[in-house]
Amino acid sequence: MKKETWKELTIGTINLDAGNSVKNLTGTWRSGRKPEFIEENCIQCFFCWLYCPHFAVLVDDDEVKGINYDYCTGCGMCAEVCPSKEKAIVMVKEEAKLAEGGTK
Amino acid sequence: MSTLKTLNGNQTIAEAVRQVDPDVLAAYPITPSTAIVETIAKFKADGRISGEFVCPESEHSAMSVCIGAASAGGRVMTATASQGLALMWEMLYIAAGLRLPIIAAIVNRSLSAPINIHGDHSDTMGARDTGWIQIYSENCQEAYDNFIQAFRIAEHLDVRTPTLVGLDGFIISHSMEVIKVEDDDRVKAFVGEYQPVYPLLDTSKKFTVGPIDFTDYYFEHKRNQMEGIENAPPIIEKVGKEFGEQFGREYGFFEEYRMDDAETCIVVMSSAAGTCKDAIDQLREEGKRIGLLKPRVYRPFPDKKIAESLKDMKAVAVLDRCASPGAFGAPLFTEIRNALYDYESRPKVVNYVYGLGGRDIMVEHFREVAEKLDRIADSGKVEEIYGYLNLRE
Repeated sequence: MKKETWKELTIGTINLDAGNSVKNLTGTWRSGRKPEFIEENCIQCFFCWLYCPHFAVLVDDDEVKGINYDYCTGCGMCAEVCPSKEKAIVMVKEEAKLAEGGTK
Repeated sequence: MSTLKTLNGNQTIAEAVRQVDPDVLAAYPITPSTAIVETIAKFKADGRISGEFVCPESEHSAMSVCIGAASAGGRVMTATASQGLALMWEMLYIAAGLRLPIIAAIVNRSLSAPINIHGDHSDTMGARDTGWIQIYSENCQEAYDNFIQAFRIAEHLDVRTPTLVGLDGFIISHSMEVIKVEDDDRVKAFVGEYQPVYPLLDTSKKFTVGPIDFTDYYFEHKRNQMEGIENAPPIIEKVGKEFGEQFGREYGFFEEYRMDDAETCIVVMSSAAGTCKDAIDQLREEGKRIGLLKPRVYRPFPDKKIAESLKDMKAVAVLDRCASPGAFGAPLFTEIRNALYDYESRPKVVNYVYGLGGRDIMVEHFREVAEKLDRIADSGKVEEIYGYLNLRE
């Protein structure tokens, strides 16, 4: 994505492309580890969804379905708060960085 | 037609506020600027202004209210002094960064410790890198005139930069003076209708105000911000000239007093310049070739214009009503000496700090400076580059 020069920017830091933070894939910040969702252990308590600071827990049809790796920073909070006896989210090793442009 | 009124500095600002009638006035009272806020509150209670008057819990909040209201699209102002301006600190940078043309009347007062309520320039000089335009006033008339012009300067579409007008605490804020108050409709016409830029109340457009920048954008946005204050000089000049055509009192970046054929010069801002003029008159009568340069606009600093005016002097004394601990001279001195650096021939420049905490500066002290300048001019040598006036040694 081409970045503007100082002359091309709008006055007063105004951002005319409102909501463009969605283009900022915070998943690129992930370094070395990522959460893995184990569906059969999930009790659907939604703690991970509630605590995730990047809103990266995927929910569909009122059920936790996994992780959105485009935005997951790999902080591990979801795995930490998971109250299930057998953890439904565990942190695993991740070799490659998230590709430019995300997972899609 | 103008009307002659007997007002003190605070009342002249309040009078200008009543005439301009901004959309939002947010302020927290602090000595010596309290009477500005008090008078505005009375105007509001008496139904003489239509703008919203907000009195929040602190100066930090007052400036925050100003920022919110200006972002919404309003013409906005505040007034404060000393610790109040210091408490606004982080919000001053935000107002400038967001390019909101907020106007502030600052009644210059010293900073604690030790606590002191009297006039010096420590407060606004401390704010010199916040990105605000700074204009200083010698007397009540100038405070009134500068405050009206500040709206035109700050709000100009090429500038869009917050502007503060300084007037010396007590010496100006509490001294009665006969001033010319212009007619309400003429002041309103001079200031004109406010044109908001990206007002948040315009819901037809989608945009974000004040989003976070990382390492990839912050630098460009700061450079973009600086363009506003750098565009200000021709606007300040134009507005000062137009003010002169309209009301008979023209303004520039600084005033030169008896500078023709002068060999030495005293540079001093604000109320002390009035006393200095008396000293210059005396010295001129005695045959001394001395003049006064009184800066009016400190930010943006008119470096080339001041340097052109001073470059042929033999010796110049810059007087600062503010100390800059640990620095090579006080703020006005460093700017002026720096501005002269590129000239092949340039005067010797010395610095005197005076009047901290409202300490008097009298004609005799300017005469003392003039004598020192004479010695420097004659010998070409500077014995002491930095000194203090009227301080018990």
